[in-house]
Amino acid sequence: MRYLLRRLGFYAIAAWAALTINFFLPRLMPGDPATALFARFKGRLSPEAMAGLREAFGLTDAPLITQYVTYLGHVLRGDFGTSVTYYPQPVSEVIVTGLLWTLLLAGTAVILSFAIGSILGVIVAWWRGGWADTLLPATFAFLGAFPYFWLAMVALYVLGFRWGMFPLGHAYSDDLSPAWTWTFIVDVARHAALPIATVVVATLGGWMLGMRNAMISVLGSDYVALARAKGLPPRRVVVRYAARNALLPNVTAFGMAIGFALSGSLLTEIVFSYPGQGYLLVQAVRNQDYPLMQGIFLVFTLAVLGANFLVDLVYFWLDPRTREVGS
Amino acid sequence: MSGAVTARATGVAAWWEAIRRDRKATLGFALIAGFLLMGVVGSWFVGDPDAMVGVPLQPPSGAHWLGTTGQGQDVVAQTVVGTRVSLLIGFGVGLAVVTIGALIGVTAGYFGGLVDSGLSLVINIFLVLPGLPLAIVIAAYLPAGPSTVAFVLIVTGWAWNARVLRAQTLMLRQRDFIAAALVSGESHLRIITRELLPNMTSLLVAQLIGSAIYAIGAQVGLEFLGLGDVSAVTWGTNLYWATNDSALLTGAWWTFVPTGLGVALVGFGLVMLNSGFDEVTNPRLQQERAWRAFLIGGGHAVTRSTPVVVPRD
Repeated sequence: MRYLLRRLGFYAIAAWAALTINFFLPRLMPGDPATALFARFKGRLSPEAMAGLREAFGLTDAPLITQYVTYLGHVLRGDFGTSVTYYPQPVSEVIVTGLLWTLLLAGTAVILSFAIGSILGVIVAWWRGGWADTLLPATFAFLGAFPYFWLAMVALYVLGFRWGMFPLGHAYSDDLSPAWTWTFIVDVARHAALPIATVVVATLGGWMLGMRNAMISVLGSDYVALARAKGLPPRRVVVRYAARNALLPNVTAFGMAIGFALSGSLLTEIVFSYPGQGYLLVQAVRNQDYPLMQGIFLVFTLAVLGANFLVDLVYFWLDPRTREVGS
Repeated sequence: MSGAVTARATGVAAWWEAIRRDRKATLGFALIAGFLLMGVVGSWFVGDPDAMVGVPLQPPSGAHWLGTTGQGQDVVAQTVVGTRVSLLIGFGVGLAVVTIGALIGVTAGYFGGLVDSGLSLVINIFLVLPGLPLAIVIAAYLPAGPSTVAFVLIVTGWAWNARVLRAQTLMLRQRDFIAAALVSGESHLRIITRELLPNMTSLLVAQLIGSAIYAIGAQVGLEFLGLGDVSAVTWGTNLYWATNDSALLTGAWWTFVPTGLGVALVGFGLVMLNSGFDEVTNPRLQQERAWRAFLIGGGHAVTRSTPVVVPRD
């Protein structure tokens, strides 16, 4: 439990750091922050909206510390201000719609990539020196060198535009409306397949190599030798003895990979005009919609921290050493 | 390959050895050298990349080997000239993040205690914050351009290096030669610069290569989103304009394929260089190779299958 509490404490500090960065960024802008920010919105917003924006950001004439406290209070209540692009929708509402799509995309991609990559890693480590071991790592190292979004562009061009196998963008067809019907679910899956596949292909190699190298060092250890000497069936040795232990470093890396996967899916979303966080974020940047932009950054960070904590829980379950009662 | 290796080159010399001996490293080095050369002298051989030379979105032809962009510019010229800024920022940012990472990581690992706890906390926070969204948000507040891109990449990229170099410092800190230097009364600064860092040279080069891969990819990503200077010619802005001119929906593959291949070949070359070096210097991988040769040779090949202690310092 001590281990989990320590991790929770760390995430709390990290979240606070993100909040603080978010607070100071607009104020570090060249020139007087408030004026510079509002000069951009002039003529596009009603005076009431400007006042609301000012309040949400805590950009008042009050001393900095008071502004900071006001800002923290707003964020804790889930109030990120009003979006400029989607005025008068509050930022939190805009974000929620995008968040679900991104979680679907990035979540599925990162889990598939981790699972397939780790299994391939076990396979190539077991038959190391074989054709799979020579071919697969080199192939994925090459594919991994391409930017995610560029692979997405090529996939979209070849499979979507040329061969017409997949839709050219968006999360679902225009003639459907979201509902829990079979048609709609199939449609969503068809739209998500290509973006997910490109992220999986681009990130698979890392998991595979990590697992392969961990497996090779575990396979050389005494307890695996003993398990083999006892005459246990090879599959049991590989899965129960070697793979379970070799998985630990990959699980640790998984936490960090969530951030990468979210970032990668962010760019992929742009290519596929997928209505997730990434698409919203770029819209916000292009429209200089600062409240929306910063809200998205915060939600992104909180999502990554939450996912990392889930990974810690898995680690806690996999590795008995973390469960020992500390002194 | 000679049978008994009595002394192993360390640091930069080891890299040269790897490039000479390992096929992967040779390939990687050749790719990188080729692109660097293209970046330095390439612009003398192609026309002005901004000039409108023909009808927009023409497919590859004799006059324009890789066709024209949506603005009627020559794709070959755009790709070749784009190399310079992209590689400059890539390697420049790589160097900067390794330097900052070394400064913070080595300080944390060497001094330990409270210094280490504080710095480690900062390192871990930067590692867990999602890099690209943070980079985008910071970049949105700054004037668009190469220096903004470089700045945000440094802010979001140094922590990984710091973590690796801290771990390496912690390990070296336990070694006798550091203890000896401390006992003989050398100053901390001298121990770090004369004893510690020279022993990490090859790791530092590996980190530099890894960071350059990160920086080139992330930079292309940011510029693709339009956060760079969109009037400059770089690989990232090439891709930005390709999507802006709806290359995909008009079937103009030639506007984004060459640039993407450039990014990938540089990245692939750097990965090959790194892994080739690893194969030459990592004793575990060497043993494995020897073992494999032994198996393939039907048990006749005499190899170094017993681990040999090689003097390192």
